[in-house]
Formats: sequence, C-alpha cells, structure tokens
Amino acid sequence: MNSATGTAIEVVGLEKRYGATVAVDGISITVDTGEVFGLLGPNGAGKTTTVEILEGYRMPDAGTVRVLGLVPWREGSGLRPRIGVMLQEGGLYPGVKPLEALQLFASYYDDPDDPERLLDVVGLRDARDTMVRRLSGGQKQRLSLALALVGRPELVFLDEPTAGMDPRARATTWTLIRDLKSSGVTVVLTTHAMDEAEHLCDRLAIVDHGHVVASGTPAELTTLDTEEELRFAAPPGLDRGALAVALHVDVSVVSEPRPGDYVVAARGTPERIADLAAWLRDHDAALGELSTGRRSLEDVFLRLTSEDRA
Amino acid sequence: MKTRSLLAQARVELLLTLRRSESLLVTLGIPIGILVFFAKVSGISDLKDPVQFLVPGILALAVMSTAMVSLGIATGYERHYGVLKRLGSTPLTRSGLLAAKTLNVLAIEVLQVVVIVITGLALGWDVSGGLVAAFGLLLLGTVAFAGIGMLMAGTLRAEANLALSNGLFLVLLFLGGMAYPLTKLPGGLQAVAKALPAAPLAETVRDVVEHGHSFPFGLFAVLVAWAVLAPIAAARWFRWEE
Repeated sequence: MNSATGTAIEVVGLEKRYGATVAVDGISITVDTGEVFGLLGPNGAGKTTTVEILEGYRMPDAGTVRVLGLVPWREGSGLRPRIGVMLQEGGLYPGVKPLEALQLFASYYDDPDDPERLLDVVGLRDARDTMVRRLSGGQKQRLSLALALVGRPELVFLDEPTAGMDPRARATTWTLIRDLKSSGVTVVLTTHAMDEAEHLCDRLAIVDHGHVVASGTPAELTTLDTEEELRFAAPPGLDRGALAVALHVDVSVVSEPRPGDYVVAARGTPERIADLAAWLRDHDAALGELSTGRRSLEDVFLRLTSEDRA
Repeated sequence: MKTRSLLAQARVELLLTLRRSESLLVTLGIPIGILVFFAKVSGISDLKDPVQFLVPGILALAVMSTAMVSLGIATGYERHYGVLKRLGSTPLTRSGLLAAKTLNVLAIEVLQVVVIVITGLALGWDVSGGLVAAFGLLLLGTVAFAGIGMLMAGTLRAEANLALSNGLFLVLLFLGGMAYPLTKLPGGLQAVAKALPAAPLAETVRDVVEHGHSFPFGLFAVLVAWAVLAPIAAARWFRWEE
C-alpha cells in the first residue's frame, strides 16, 4: 500500500433493496490505487450486488460511490474503457473460439493487449480453436479472465475468479493477479476461498447481511482480538455444555464451527488442556489435532458470518 | 475506434449466424423448400401461374425468418448466457450492438434475396417491375419483425422464446398469404391475418412487384403500425438480464 498514489474506489453508506429484501445495508469501503482488495462473505451477503453497483450495472438506493473518480451508473461511458470485469459465471458467446472472443473484445478498446499473448498468459494456447461451448469450466473461467484484461484496465473486478479451476489453473491465476498488482492495476475480487483471500489480498472486508462485519489486512483480521484460543478435533456432536463445565468456562465460549472441529475461546493453559484431555478420556472420545494461538481467516469468517444463521 | 468495433461486432454476429445450422434451415432451407415445392407440385393451389404468386410471398417469409426468428432466438440465448450483460461493462454501446445486429440481419437478407430470386428465375419467374419499392417494403417488414423478435427475446426465458418464435413463425406462415392466397382462408381468419404483420407485407410486396394498379393502402398502414409499435414495445420492455 505504500506504492498507492490515490483512491481507486470510495463507497460511503451504500444501500440497495430489491422489493422488501435488503441486499446492501450501509456498506462503506475504500480501495487504494494499486492494491488487491477482497470482498468475502457467504452467498447472499451482498457482495455481488455491491460489485455490480461499482461496475455500473445497478443504481443504489442510497450512498455515494466514486470509481476512478466517476459515478458508475451515470458516467459509465467514461468508466467502461478503464475497467475490466469478470462476471461470476457466463458472459461468453458459446459459438466462438477463444481467440475470436479476445479479438472481438480487443476491438472495443483504444489500446488493447495482444490477444495471442493473453491466450498464452492464461494458458489457453492449446484451446485457441475449440468452441467456447466445448471448453471445461476452468478454461471458460480463464477466458473470462483474459477478456477482463484485454483492454489494459486500470481497475479489474473479479467475481469468484478461481471457482471451478483445477489446482494448476488456480496457481496460474494467482500468479496473474500478483502480476497485475505489480504492474499497478487495482484488483477487487470476491471469493469464498479463504486461502485465496489470505494470499492475494492486501486488505479485505467481510460482508454479511449487507453489512461490513470486519475489515483490514489479513493479519489484522486473524488477530482481531488478543484473546487466545484452544482448538481441537474430536468426534462431532460432543456435549458442549458438559465440556464447558469441565473446562471452567461459559458455554458460549465453546463452539463447533464444523462438525468435529471445536473452538474454545479461552487461554490454552496447561491446566485447561489437562482438563480437556481428562474429559475426553471420561467420554471415550479420541482427540485429533490440538492447537492454541492465532485463528485462521476461515475461523474468523465462520465466526463472524454464521452465528445467527444456524 | 467506433467503426472498428462495429465491424468486429458485425463480423462475429454474422459468423455466429452462419455457424448455427438450424438458423440457416429456417432462413434459407424453409423459404426455398416452400418455393420449389408449391411451384412444382401441381394441384395444391388453383393458381394459373404459381411462381408469380410465390416469389413475393417467399421474400416476405425470408424477411420474417431472419428479422424475427433468427435474430430473436440468437438474442434470447445471448441474454440467457449473460453475453448481453457482459457486453454492458465494455465500451461497446447499446446502439453499437444494435447497429451490428442490423448489419448482420441485412447481410443475411441480401443472401436470401439473391438465392430466392435466382431460384425464382430458374422456375420461370417473370420480373415485371417495382423492385425498388419491393425492397423498401421488405425493409419496413424487417423493422416490424425485428421489433417483435427483440420484444420476445428481451422479455421471455430463452427456451420459451425459442418455442414461441418458431410457433409464431408457423402461424404467420399459414396466415401470411405466402404459400397460398389469403382468399383460401375462411372469412374470420382472413380478418385476423390482415391485422398481423405477415400478410400485409406479402400482399404489398406482391402488389408492387406484379403491377401496382390498386396498392392495398389499408394493409400498408397495418405494416407501418407494426413497424412503429413493435420496436417501441421492444425498447420499452427489453431486459438485458434474464
């Protein structure tokens, strides 16, 4: 972020309703020029609606938005030549070949990238003469990515860029996103993949029910509060109330974010670990992994977004 | 830059049309098939010169197949696949996209007219005049049918649009005075046919190609009304996302 020379996106008090459903309920975010910014959240949290307002597809009900200094839904003709968009799915002509699609999109821009070079960059050289409808899901994603980049955009929106990709294509895409960043392009990406967010994003915001529930660098988010944690794996469905009593903590402190994975939001002292081991022995429950200390981004995410859902 | 993107877009639209064999069947196969079949198989109609009757009607049918069916189904699927949405975030404007689609439709229609006229001449069609006026009417019909095709493409799901476009194509073919005279229809059905766009197009084109003595102004007015109202309705109700 020290290379940032300004603000790429500024959103204050964004609201969007569809009938009685509130999709976005007061989101405020700032994205600096040249950074990779992540939007995380469960399905239906308001990520895509937010991104589509920034791309100029929708008009918000309230709030101020500036993207590259422009109001997207009013100044789209000035904005569109400067941005690249990768939709969550679709958007490709099924009856064209990848090179034809790239050449077509290149014609829309004044100073486009070379379509042949981009095919190489996203690893689609071998598929250049295959009809889009016959490409695999991951190949379609890579073509969508190349189409988002062909206009040499200053700002790129990537909605779930690696969904459906095999590990190698995923690694290629990560490298590509890092390359974009190092050439000064601002990237906004939405993702479900926590490792992706942790590795790629300079900063991120976790969104739930149309609100930003947490934001910051991945490091800041994973050490959100200083309270330590004790995590362990054991058979699913243990009696958390009885366990809490044995560990001398309140029941609200013991959670099971995924079946068989337990989190005790309390200091993992030797005494408490001994109590845990004894309690598991008494209940004939085998102990899997045991760890204390910093939370993973995934834990933060699950804790912030799932509590009031179940 | 605008010209470059317009030409590139029109080129891809045309390429896609030529790659869809089912579309070529509707735009070329069916009109030529009907022309040859009804001209050669005797006893279907009691016309003394079936080719003279058929060629103008088949030109109208060709325009309907391209402007309504082919354009409408292709656009409906582009909407279904999110292509229209994706194009919405590129510098290509809506008017640029519509201009490219117009060029595509006109290119296919030129191809159709050439093939139909050559086939007609081979069957003994006698061109008696009024061709410029006929092309003017065919353009007017193109606007009307494109409006109907785009209205369905922009409001219905792709599958429903596909079914309805093909169904409407058949109904308008039967009620269009294209393969057999309108007078073969019962009276009530004739009145319905004359209010729809197909028969007015076929009848006015036939009149100007044949002689032009008693131009059917009433039918011409119906065609103009469709050419004005259908595009307005399409512009009003077209949704870019399914």
